[in-house]
Amino acid sequence: MTDADLAPTVQMPAVQAATATGTHGLETRAVSAWFGERKVLDRVSLTMPAGQVTALIGPSGCGKSTYLRLLNRMHEMVRGAGLAGEVLLDGDDVYAPGRLPASVRRRIGMVFQRPNPFPAMSIYDNVASGLKLAGIKVTHQERDELVETSLVRAGLWTEVRDRLKTPGGALSGGQQQRLCIARSLAVSPDVLLMDEPCSALDPTSTRRVEETIELLRGRLTIVIVTHNMQQAQRVSQRCAFFLASHDTPGRVVESGPTEQLFDSPRDERTSDYVNGRFG
Amino acid sequence: MAPGEAAEDRPRRIVAPVTPADRLFRSGLRAAGMSVFVIMGLVALFLLLRGLQALRVAGGSFFTQTAWKPGSFGVASVLPDGVMIAVVALLIAVPVSLTTAVFISEYAPLWLRSFLISLVDLMAAIPSIVYGLWGLVFLQPNIVGLVRWMALHLGGFLPFLHVPEADIPSSYTSSTFIAGVVVSLMITPYITSLSREVMSQAPRGEREGAYALGSTRWGMVRSVVLPYSRGGIVGAVMIGFGRAMGETIAVALIISPNFSVTWHVLQNGANSIPSLIALRFGESDDLGLSALMAAGLVLFALTLGVNVLASTIISRSRTGAATAD
Ligand SMILES: Nc1ncnc2c1ncn2[C@@H]1O[C@H](COP(=O)(O)OP(=O)(O)OP(=O)(O)O)[C@@H](O)[C@H]1O
Ligand SMILES: [Mg+2]
Repeated sequence: MTDADLAPTVQMPAVQAATATGTHGLETRAVSAWFGERKVLDRVSLTMPAGQVTALIGPSGCGKSTYLRLLNRMHEMVRGAGLAGEVLLDGDDVYAPGRLPASVRRRIGMVFQRPNPFPAMSIYDNVASGLKLAGIKVTHQERDELVETSLVRAGLWTEVRDRLKTPGGALSGGQQQRLCIARSLAVSPDVLLMDEPCSALDPTSTRRVEETIELLRGRLTIVIVTHNMQQAQRVSQRCAFFLASHDTPGRVVESGPTEQLFDSPRDERTSDYVNGRFG
Repeated sequence: MAPGEAAEDRPRRIVAPVTPADRLFRSGLRAAGMSVFVIMGLVALFLLLRGLQALRVAGGSFFTQTAWKPGSFGVASVLPDGVMIAVVALLIAVPVSLTTAVFISEYAPLWLRSFLISLVDLMAAIPSIVYGLWGLVFLQPNIVGLVRWMALHLGGFLPFLHVPEADIPSSYTSSTFIAGVVVSLMITPYITSLSREVMSQAPRGEREGAYALGSTRWGMVRSVVLPYSRGGIVGAVMIGFGRAMGETIAVALIISPNFSVTWHVLQNGANSIPSLIALRFGESDDLGLSALMAAGLVLFALTLGVNVLASTIISRSRTGAATAD
């Protein structure tokens, strides 16, 4: 065997390793959004670096959920929803003509504010549901392993390992939310979007979800909306502050490393908001 | 005893006083609600009293006798024949209704959706005599070719599609099948609009959950909408069955009555209790009338039973229970 033969086989794993540690960054360029005639987001440009947690903060109604939902093309399912600008995943526009929304959503998973497991399906089937829905073929054994690793990563495994066949709707709210996280993880997304994932949870469940986020960091890119400033500081590396007023659509006032945003904000409004003097 | 602990640890009697206005309103509503029971009870009582004479004469043979002649009569052929018409109707109406309902609730664009909803409602509003006339004058002459084809090509290995006197053209008319087709058109709007209604109530959170996992629309329908509406769909089908069993005039127009159990659904000759009552009512003596009332009572009991079953299934399912969303 010659060196020339070896070279590609040696390089391949290196490339894959780089991919695995997350080159799947997300970026938006001048994204605006409308509901009917009403503009709710105005030219938002943000970079959400690969493998990091980006927190979106801001007062209610400033467009955080709208922004999050346009990242994985859930926005367009609302009647009358409009959009301008570009959303880039690994540099490719997710709104490029010919790109299927379903394939975008497979790579960019989402956890909602209200836990929404499929209530009649078993816990096991809930976690495996994404495989079926996305048409991913796996063997029985692979599926069992995937369900287990997803539940472990979501911090739910020890609580449900003995009752995987019971319905997902029978879990507590906090467990349901972690089940939804496991369900999203099972399809191995590159990005996970979380819209106030802890707002319906008690402090213990909240801590578990935060631990889960900590665990996932580095493996995938996370964007999280939160109203809890301590949570933003605990879980995120980067942060973006959104603000809207009654006649102007939502904009990013300031964004950057979380520490900087909280400790030495450049904008007075940011400083007011993060210190609770505002909104 | 620890300080502050009550002497008795038993449930207290809890009294919530009711204001006079509330009481008046409530008793008014209760009266309205009770009237439904009263009417149902009176109908059943009427049928029972009027049918008792015939039931006494016939005894147990009322349920085993297939013929319907003065002196010897029973529901052993009209009842199963009527059920068969209803089954044919359901076999056609259920797939049509469910696909239509899924289309209207999940796929149709907004303008088409409201148009189709009113069209389906309109279909329910057409009087049954019109369906019957249409079936007799238009459908029957045009469908005979298909019936003949089915009898000749499928009748060999599906015995119930067999038609004995295959050479005579009139063998293929006035059959259980043709009556079933007409009845299927009449129950389709009910099943469609009842099941569309429950499908459109499938929670948005779960729908979005499926989409966010990369599901196609059909995948979402299969994993969220259909499981959610299963109970409602079963109920809708049973209500359709009840209506099919009760359909009178359209069936009476089409069938040529036949008093032996008709296993061959494509063959001339069919029957059902409502059409029997409609066709024989004018010409019956006292006992004959009483026998018709008794047949009516059997039908009443059957449809009541089916409807009760349907409503229990609906209320036990998620569709009927209050949902979290
Ligand atoms: N489906 C919709 N149709 C019309 N307008 C909408 C819709 N969803 C949101 N909006 C409007 O868009 C604006 C931004 O809403 P969005 O839900 O993104 O805010 P948010 O920042 O997530 O608020 P919160 O913190 O309360 O969740 C709001 O003014 C809201 O009224
Ligand atoms: Mg929101």
